[in-house]
Amino acid sequence: MTQEATHRAIEAVWRIESAKVIAHVARLVRDVGLAEELAQDALVSALEHWPEAGLPNNPGAWLMAAAKNRALDRLRQDVLHARKHEELGHDLDALQAHVVPDFVDALAEASEDDIGDDLLRLVFTACHPLLSTDARVALTLRLIGGLTTDEIARAYLVPEKTIAQRIVRAKRTLTEARVPFEVPRAADLPARLGSVLEVIYLVFNEGYSATAGDDWMRPALCAEALRMGRIVAELMPDESEVLGLVALMEIQASRTSARVDDEGRPVLLMDQDRSRWDPLLIRRGLIALARAESLGGARGPYALQAALAACHARAREADATDWAQIVALYDALAQVAPSPVIELNRAVAVGMAFGPAAGLEIVDALGVEPSLANYHWLPSVRGDLLAKLGRLDEARVEFERAAEMTRNARERDLLMARARAVGNSP
Amino acid sequence: MRFMIIVRATPDTEAGVMPEEPLMAAMASYHEALAKAGVLLDVAGLQPSAKGWRVRYRAGRVSVVDGPFADTQSLVAGYTLIQVRSREEAMEWARRFPAPMGEQADAEIEVRQLYEVSDFAPGKQRRADTGHP
Repeated sequence: MTQEATHRAIEAVWRIESAKVIAHVARLVRDVGLAEELAQDALVSALEHWPEAGLPNNPGAWLMAAAKNRALDRLRQDVLHARKHEELGHDLDALQAHVVPDFVDALAEASEDDIGDDLLRLVFTACHPLLSTDARVALTLRLIGGLTTDEIARAYLVPEKTIAQRIVRAKRTLTEARVPFEVPRAADLPARLGSVLEVIYLVFNEGYSATAGDDWMRPALCAEALRMGRIVAELMPDESEVLGLVALMEIQASRTSARVDDEGRPVLLMDQDRSRWDPLLIRRGLIALARAESLGGARGPYALQAALAACHARAREADATDWAQIVALYDALAQVAPSPVIELNRAVAVGMAFGPAAGLEIVDALGVEPSLANYHWLPSVRGDLLAKLGRLDEARVEFERAAEMTRNARERDLLMARARAVGNSP
Repeated sequence: MRFMIIVRATPDTEAGVMPEEPLMAAMASYHEALAKAGVLLDVAGLQPSAKGWRVRYRAGRVSVVDGPFADTQSLVAGYTLIQVRSREEAMEWARRFPAPMGEQADAEIEVRQLYEVSDFAPGKQRRADTGHP
């Protein structure tokens, strides 16, 4: 193996193992930032030893042991240091508890289950509500996704320094606030899990909004989010909303290669070539959704969105779409997670199921909604419904307005084309 | 990117002999690790070729040939489909695959990268197998 090949192999091992190693060390030292440093030290040591000695048979266990030894050294030093300064207090008792022999032995025998628990603690800590959304995203990609700072920066189109600082600050915030390294208690769980799922879905959407010509790390975010979602679903198999989110992402990801044309222009859902949808991801999505529903989670916001995506996935042709079912799902979604955007989508579905006049009624009721004042989909939807009603002049004005509002050049082209099309109709 | 880990058939798999308990356990724990790492997409074991058939196309004529088939080495006994970020990651997971016929028995697995649907976009150059899309 060449030096280069060995380094790439070590990188791959690191990517598979890093989250588990960091998580396990974090439980020992009770500090995520320090845990990552110690895990990095273990990686550096692997980079020194493995090119000569070859990859060990069980590289994961090697890294884990190396990082854990560093953690235990660190804890022993802390105890000695504290003793020297006679800072004997309850802190010291806690530290000593880490180095009494039987305790160390117990730590050494961490089972796979324990490592799963540690990983879950790491997920919740990285997505702690104390941190800003940006910080949560960066820290999660770094600690759970195993991405480098450079990769995160490229994915988010910002300088590497920005991400590095964001991660350093996030770790410091967690340390200073003495955020416990734990899975939240039952009472806090729904809100805390909500934060985890939000972070994962934000990452997915960032990747989903990538356009042609972007750095390949951007669309790769979809795969990262899916992977993290699947990991959390394995760690919390009874949480229906986790499965709902996984189902939603699997089904959305199934459309990846149908949602832009050869020139990189967006293709609307109804116009997509469904033979290009990925049947494996659809099947996985439908299975995850069925499991979420069987756990009693059919009315969770993510499960409902997944059910909506599933309605489209099940229709072999656009004409076969079950719009009445989609309206029913939007009705349910509008109840559990009301928002003007959902209302607008409901209007589209109502227009398809019960005719454009019924849809237009809902859109017009939304016209005064201040949060949609700059939302180009509002005039775009309105234009579509007006065009279907034969009110072509009004439709053209709406499409033009929508085109002015969007910041996406390709969407603007699409909207201008629609404006011209209704303008040219007799 | 997706890779398929293919397990080749042996006389045992062709005879429908179920693996011994330790191997079953090793396979289960390997696939559990794949699932927990968020990389497992699909996995299946195939029944002996005696229960399968081939459809043969010769000079425009189509005929069906029932199994079993003698060329065991070219038969597939099972597959594991994974989604990973790099070729090296697929290699590392493949390295961890349990010896598929038991620790001491000869066997072979083969790993192949899948084309993605996007690789078939009209006029699009298929991406080379470099490890990065």
